[in-house]
Amino acid sequence: MKEIRFIYHPDNALEKAGRSAEPLHGEAERTCPNCHVTMKESAFRNSNWTCRCGYHFRLGARERITMIADRKSFQELFQDIVSTDPLSFPSYEEKLRKAQAISGEKESAITGLCTIGGFDAAIFAMDPNFMMGSMGAACGEKISRLFEYASEHCLPVVGFTVSGGARMQEGLLSLMQMAKTSGAVKRHSSKGLLYITVLTDPTTGGVTASFAMEGDIILAEPGATIGFAGARVIEQTTRQPLPKGFQTSESLLSHGFVDAIVPRSEMKAAISSLLRMHRRAI
Amino acid sequence: MDAYERVRIARKTDRPTAADYIGSCFSSFFELHGDRRYRDDRAIIGGIAMLEDMPVTVIGIEKGHTAAERVEHSFGAPEPEGYRKALRLMKEAAKFQRPIITFVDTSGAYCGIGAEERGQGSAIAENLMEMMDLPVPVIAVLIGEGGSGGALALATANRVWMLENSVYSVISPEGCASILYKDASLADAAAENLRLTAQDAYSFGICERIIPEDDIGSPSFYKKLSSELYSEMQKLLQIEDIKEDRYQRFRAFGSGVAI
Ligand SMILES: [Zn+2]
Repeated sequence: MKEIRFIYHPDNALEKAGRSAEPLHGEAERTCPNCHVTMKESAFRNSNWTCRCGYHFRLGARERITMIADRKSFQELFQDIVSTDPLSFPSYEEKLRKAQAISGEKESAITGLCTIGGFDAAIFAMDPNFMMGSMGAACGEKISRLFEYASEHCLPVVGFTVSGGARMQEGLLSLMQMAKTSGAVKRHSSKGLLYITVLTDPTTGGVTASFAMEGDIILAEPGATIGFAGARVIEQTTRQPLPKGFQTSESLLSHGFVDAIVPRSEMKAAISSLLRMHRRAI
Repeated sequence: MDAYERVRIARKTDRPTAADYIGSCFSSFFELHGDRRYRDDRAIIGGIAMLEDMPVTVIGIEKGHTAAERVEHSFGAPEPEGYRKALRLMKEAAKFQRPIITFVDTSGAYCGIGAEERGQGSAIAENLMEMMDLPVPVIAVLIGEGGSGGALALATANRVWMLENSVYSVISPEGCASILYKDASLADAAAENLRLTAQDAYSFGICERIIPEDDIGSPSFYKKLSSELYSEMQKLLQIEDIKEDRYQRFRAFGSGVAI
């Protein structure tokens, strides 16, 4: 077969842009999309980007990891794996560059190692600012490698999902990532290792139908949209009004597809405690 | 022929469906029903069949031909119970060391409120994971439409074959056009860009064999396919670690890295 290669561009402007734990939002004030209260950005930031009404703002991948990993413990892995344009899909290259500029990331998922509450873990987080966390070959490769690394080193995996699904600009190659990542998750699982997924807003499509739903323990942030097919598509296809709370974390909990809904302020404590409970006795 | 023309052919209701293949490629077939959890989703048919002297588990996504059949089989759009039924049959195949053959033909997993509430994403995810772990060889034959995750949930196989005019895609060309161009009527351009034909899949290594359609539906067509399935299965049975073979097959898609 034709080998698909990822190309790393050392002259990429993003490299020079540097990174910061701070979000890249320019404005000083933000309005909550749920209750419409407007507050200083720092006020939201100081409350883990949650509003007093309970709304959880979407978070960039790096910010997410900063919030969960112990201070200075995050060590990134596989950061040189970036998307190419295997199908020469019209305007995809341009969209990728734009996504990289907006998110400050090279791919829709970042992967690495950290400690959480003192426990070692492999971690991944997807980025809603990078083509809505869509999964192409590079994203699938990073996730698969992380699970392979974790299998080899007997580490639990903690993963934060946010995704619009498979990235259509990479066609079948992105679809294949669903099977590829699932295979890597299965191998990790067969070694008796723990995988915790945290579903955040939104987690849909091919990511829901693969590694997002494959955790031993599946947590969700409050009010997140989680589903396979898009709500609008379902509404158009069935011509039926959607039930209240359809495809929300709360609905998935009541239907038995999520273990617990954990507010952001308690997420690190919840994950640390689960990691502690899965420590091997011998 | 342009890509969208192939999509049209792949969707034709007079094309052989999974039931036609099952009825013609095997000397006998015992159908098994239900997911043992809730119900029998007729979008998926499955059971035990004889491929010459070899018992195999056969599972297909069935679209039906007539209007009544198409309604009975939900137009070949499985709900979570369909995927769970398929998984139950595959696990049974593993227990009795029967190789597995699937016939895939779906525009996608069923799109509905109930399907979502009963875990469509979760059901597909579980199939992908568990199919990767099957200790028996699996051949998937895409006979018409290979619609996204709903098709992959039966095609996480050691070998994937495609009919000459079948298509395999991450999203329908109409869906792609409406998202990218905000206009579903540009589906022909989207079909071209998505690289969804059997020839495209072959060029990416996503399909290992293209089955010519010159005599599609004729006794000689099924006879040839049946003997090809038999001889390929014999080859796969010689592979020492069939799980590893399957894992590496998928692991290779987009695995090159340049630094
Ligand atoms: Zn609010």
